[in-house]
Amino acid sequence: MKKFLAISVSAMLLGSAASAANLVYCSEGSPEGFDPALYTSGTTFDASARNIYDRLVHFKHGETEIEPGLAESWDISDDGLEYTFHLRPGVKFHSTDYFTPTRDLNADDVIFSFQRQGDAEGEYHSMTPASSYEYYNSMSMPDLISSIEKVDDLTVKFVLTRPEAPMLANLAMSFASILSKEYADQLIAAGTPEMLNQQPIGTGPFKFTAYQKDAVIRYARNDDYWREPAAIENLIFAITPDASVRYQKLKAGECHVMPYPNPADLEAMKADENINVVSREGLNVGYLAYNTKVAPFDNPEVRKALNMAMDKQAIVDGIFQGAGSVAKNPIPPTMWSYNDAIVDDPYDPEAAKAALEAAGVTDLSMKVWAMPVQRPYNPNARRMAEMIQADFAKVGVNVEIVSYEWGEYLERSKAEDRDGAVLLGWTGDNGDPDNFLAVLLGCDGVGDANRAQWCNEDFNKLIQDAKVESDQAERTKLYEQAQVVFKEQAPWATIAHSVVNEPISTKVQGYKIDPFGGHVFYGVSLTE
Amino acid sequence: MLSFLIRRLATFIPTFIGVTIIAFAFIRLLPGDPILLLAGERGVSPERYEQLRQQFGFDQPMWKQYLDYVAGIFQGDLGISFSTKRPVLDEFLTLFPATVELALCAIILATLIGIPAGVIAAVNRGKFFDQALMSSALVGYSMPIFWWALLLIIVFSGTLGWTPVSGRIGLQYFFDTPTGFMLIDSLLSGQSGAFRSAVSHLILPTVALATIPLAVIARQTRSAMLEVLGEDYVRTARAKGMSPMRVNGVHALRNALIPVITVIGLSVGTLLAGAILTETIFSWPGIGKWMVDSIFRRDYQVVQGGLLLIALVVMIVNLIVDVLYGLINPKIRKG
Repeated sequence: MKKFLAISVSAMLLGSAASAANLVYCSEGSPEGFDPALYTSGTTFDASARNIYDRLVHFKHGETEIEPGLAESWDISDDGLEYTFHLRPGVKFHSTDYFTPTRDLNADDVIFSFQRQGDAEGEYHSMTPASSYEYYNSMSMPDLISSIEKVDDLTVKFVLTRPEAPMLANLAMSFASILSKEYADQLIAAGTPEMLNQQPIGTGPFKFTAYQKDAVIRYARNDDYWREPAAIENLIFAITPDASVRYQKLKAGECHVMPYPNPADLEAMKADENINVVSREGLNVGYLAYNTKVAPFDNPEVRKALNMAMDKQAIVDGIFQGAGSVAKNPIPPTMWSYNDAIVDDPYDPEAAKAALEAAGVTDLSMKVWAMPVQRPYNPNARRMAEMIQADFAKVGVNVEIVSYEWGEYLERSKAEDRDGAVLLGWTGDNGDPDNFLAVLLGCDGVGDANRAQWCNEDFNKLIQDAKVESDQAERTKLYEQAQVVFKEQAPWATIAHSVVNEPISTKVQGYKIDPFGGHVFYGVSLTE
Repeated sequence: MLSFLIRRLATFIPTFIGVTIIAFAFIRLLPGDPILLLAGERGVSPERYEQLRQQFGFDQPMWKQYLDYVAGIFQGDLGISFSTKRPVLDEFLTLFPATVELALCAIILATLIGIPAGVIAAVNRGKFFDQALMSSALVGYSMPIFWWALLLIIVFSGTLGWTPVSGRIGLQYFFDTPTGFMLIDSLLSGQSGAFRSAVSHLILPTVALATIPLAVIARQTRSAMLEVLGEDYVRTARAKGMSPMRVNGVHALRNALIPVITVIGLSVGTLLAGAILTETIFSWPGIGKWMVDSIFRRDYQVVQGGLLLIALVVMIVNLIVDVLYGLINPKIRKG
């Protein structure tokens, strides 16, 4: 006790709460809750799915590829409709002061974790008041899953309604986290079902200790973890909404890792010998989608000419301030099947002018839609639209910038007869190229998420074939080919991928930027 | 006094009804559909959209939604947050003590410095101290709090290392918070150093938040004092040969305080209603940031419930000020 006091007093004098076994993460916001299936925000996933829970399959640490998680192995039937998962024996749920498990993980927990989301009539569906399972729905799981069957205690079979290769990647997403059915039953019996979302029980590397709303979340290491237990003893999220303040806290030693720095601070951070800035391209793309159904934008030559008129490097330098890179493909370079052989349209206003004239387009006036919100793939859409306006003016194209309130913007930009090109972007969900190419550019998405209203037979066939092909090498080839077609047809101007920068204390070892934008502390350690 | 209280309480009723209508209408008048905002770029299918509208009751006619809201209030049910799925009242009660603690510290600091400063400035009217004080009050009043708070952090936490950067207490202290007031809970915890840590975390946000009320109080005290100092009874007191300390400090100040108390009361109301910028910068878990986040999410229940609770608190504070005012100046009670 005396020692503890001595430490705490000196720590206070130094303005530091850090000891070797405690990692403090200055998170950017408060989690909405701790049941990841109810939410879609990364902040909530960091506080729940990514550190407390496991899934049947996992993304490899820092990668977009799949590895075994709670399922040791799996078989996929030849028709691609049946996925049989063999669960790892002996996996323990967390023992805390509010729950002590009496049994290990089994097939019932897996079935419970999915059925509570899909079965609106079941007793588990509305354990949390006002609940809705938006990720489960938006990943089309209700249409996709025909049934989930228990083969034996450690074997579960998912039967699908159609072959779908990205299914495995879906099961590695946060909403597919495995919760304890025993805990849920106990809560219902105790009349406090809503605690499922407030006091989580998982199988992951850290167990939940306490949450003081909008201030601090505490986790302790799960010493019974089925893998090597985490190196960190206590994980603490100090909620710090302001980026400049996070930086000051990192400098003062009040935290070890901070997300989302101000781009303007990056230079000083890189110069600081106590701070490492780790960087990586984010799993996202920002683009300008032409309406390919409206003349003259139905002509690929016109679209390519406009792409050549755009000085993308200047746009990225001006708007991202080091937190972005120029995009040439519709998928980011961290994703498998990224086709690096593609050559981007050069910035060449003269050639662009000539190409427009050759296509018979003169005195062109168009609208460019600018998003009203900040996103990692586009931190300042208004400014970006102005730069595009200036670039297009140089080739004789007159641009009018329009904008709407965000919800309205998303809805109106879906219209097939929309007037103008739309600035928008996408952040990947499951690391599968299908999640970009089919969602954003497939024929099914016309009038919806396909803002270019672009339906190209060659492209669509490639991505449909890739969707039902379970061999990853084959899928890679198909997606590489699809990117070639995309570049020839140019339904978008691909503008940028964000570059995620994360300043961390030099004491932090083994930290990797998660391509999904998450913050994962398993596999991280601290040195004195 | 009793009839005065009853009269004041009676005015609560129309104000309260007005607040429910404004709170209800305000968030719905803002453009933006909560379901579309929730779905974001990912979108939501038309069928699913309809389902969610029904689930959250947005398909009901406006008057029905309003009546449900008012009926809920009478049962002490302010609804459930769209985002955290927790009762609005619970969330408010969790966060409000932090706001109160900070607001009280700020107003105490502002009063303790503001009133003496105003008095000294009035007594030394036109001299150097007066001019220096009034110009710094003007600076304080017009300072962007966002910038000022960050400056305080960079200087006192970053460069000098005297105070922690943000938060309510050092992370090594971990105990139950039965009252929600960190100064009290840290003492109750019995953990050595906890109280000191809580105090050190309070210093910068208190200074940042006190800046504007301090400037207002100093200016108000000065002008009230100047007015009173010209009165006949002050001249009489001086003529009687009373010490300047007694004249200024007792006879003049007591009368000058009446408008100052009004200003202090109004400031308390404003500070409680949400010190949004200060709370955001210092990661202070109070209601200001909670309300702003909820407005951005179009979390209808939180905004209409939260506004109502804040309005109620401000009304109570104003009532207390009125009562105090009446106690100091009996003429008000009859009027």
